[in-house]
Amino acid sequence: MGGDSKFLGLWYVAPYVIGLLLFTAFPFVASFFLSFTDYDLLSRPEWVGTKNYEKLFTRDRTFDKSLKVTLIYVFTTVPLKLTFALFIAVVLNYRLKAINLFRTAYYVPSILGGSIAIAVLWRYIFADTGLVNMMIEGFGGDPINWFGEPANALFTITLLRCWQFGSAMVIFLAALQSVDKSLYEAAAIDGAGPWSIFRHVTLPLITPVIFFNLIMQTVQAFQEFNGPYIITQGGPLKSTYLLPLYIYDEAFKSFDMGYASAIAWVLFSIIMVLTLIAFWSSKKWVYYAGDKRS
Amino acid sequence: MAHISEVNVQAAAVPPTEIEVKLRRQRRISATLRYGLLVIVGLIMIYPLIWMIGASFKTNAEMFSSAGFWPKEPTIQGYIDGWKTSTPYTFGHFFLNSLWIVLPKVIGTAISCTLVAYGFARFDFPGKKILFVTVIATLLLPNVVTRIPQYLLFRELGWLDSFLPLWVPSAFAGDAFFVFMVIQFLRAIPRDMEEAARVDGASTLQTLIYIVVPMLAPAIISVCLFQFMWTMNDFLGPLIYISSVENYPVSLALKLSIDTTEAFNWNQILAMSVLTLTPSLIVFFMAQKYFIEGISSGGVKG
Repeated sequence: MGGDSKFLGLWYVAPYVIGLLLFTAFPFVASFFLSFTDYDLLSRPEWVGTKNYEKLFTRDRTFDKSLKVTLIYVFTTVPLKLTFALFIAVVLNYRLKAINLFRTAYYVPSILGGSIAIAVLWRYIFADTGLVNMMIEGFGGDPINWFGEPANALFTITLLRCWQFGSAMVIFLAALQSVDKSLYEAAAIDGAGPWSIFRHVTLPLITPVIFFNLIMQTVQAFQEFNGPYIITQGGPLKSTYLLPLYIYDEAFKSFDMGYASAIAWVLFSIIMVLTLIAFWSSKKWVYYAGDKRS
Repeated sequence: MAHISEVNVQAAAVPPTEIEVKLRRQRRISATLRYGLLVIVGLIMIYPLIWMIGASFKTNAEMFSSAGFWPKEPTIQGYIDGWKTSTPYTFGHFFLNSLWIVLPKVIGTAISCTLVAYGFARFDFPGKKILFVTVIATLLLPNVVTRIPQYLLFRELGWLDSFLPLWVPSAFAGDAFFVFMVIQFLRAIPRDMEEAARVDGASTLQTLIYIVVPMLAPAIISVCLFQFMWTMNDFLGPLIYISSVENYPVSLALKLSIDTTEAFNWNQILAMSVLTLTPSLIVFFMAQKYFIEGISSGGVKG
């Protein structure tokens, strides 16, 4: 659109630029500075240097515990959820008549899963005399103490998020459906079995969406809040006290804004480092169509 | 596909060979296995939701004694008591609050994201590349790191305990995901009609409103639907910013009802949980095509 001023486009993106500066860039920088201060909302922020970080890494047992359960949670939930999503997508990617019906049924939990109502439901399903234990007893098993045992409690939250595998699955399915069918036929003619075709044809071709899902799900899992807040309140013995819960408590219950910001920055740094590793390693395993190196 | 039908024509002409019979049988077994697996997994997925609906019509005593769906003595007492809540307000009041948070937010998101995406997809301007990089960066930026200063900012502005902290960032295209989604969609639309309109003397804004927006409608609808769902489900935002019960949206009201009626009246809480999910479910089933398209084209969290 030739005759227009070269600044015309800027007018259209102006709302974004203002929002970016006010609600993202400024808070981002501010939280970094806050993490080096003591700030309780009543008096002015007081500069304390690296004191918050020193306390975090040397004296804060709660932080150690919280970091540990966060890492356990992320590294179990994300692989489980993605594997399951990919598995179901592969099963669905077939000339099935009811494919849309199944896709819808599997997607419903993803749509609702973020709701507090589902967290509430989870609390009842896994209660001592809840649905899951009634079913276990129905099959002759012993009821499980879901919320009393530290390892089980975290797993109920992992299960909740795996239950919401639908959106990752829909993305996988879209990628699978766009794979050129003639590649399968060629591989079959060459005598490759179903597993070999999946492993050497399908999987490499969908690595871009695997990469995408991996990053998005990891960033999201590190920020899990609703599940532990409603279902387990961080317990028992802080076994579900994920870092976002700790940050929330420090910031909005203890009003220790400086310390909460320091924890937030540690969490952010972990996410950043993992994301950078993923991007860096993606050159080695993510296949892009038209990429000559592959 | 042509290749396959050719094989079929040949198969009809000559009797099927041993290998073909075997392949066909394999295919039939495979389809049966797939259906079986999908049905079982689907039932496990959906049963908790179905059970919840049934349980909300049960008495408290029955809820923890049977895993079945069908209530023995159906009662709507849970709904009646739950609707009253333990506060001076009914659950309907909280629904109106939720609606009053959602509607301006959805409208603000749709308008701002459309303007911004149009700017990115159709114009060149200084700093465009860097700005686009910030869209992607914001997409990946964990909110946890900006939340505290945002809170302090809104506190300074005197916006606490109002809906402004929930509305305003979205009106400035604050949800990078939606901006990205509309840009992707817009890039796939040919520019011929827009160029023709410009030649005929329409301004860029007129072109946007009369030519681009109608073509973008599916993407804009997707944005509205996702924003509706996410805002209905949002818990942490209201938890931080809304402090008086009068202004509570449904998500906070539900949390309050667990805190106040813990250990008894579980059917009330499940009844209100069912009601909380109902708007989202209705919207999803009315417009699921847009959800699946939106998520397949842009990729989405959830």
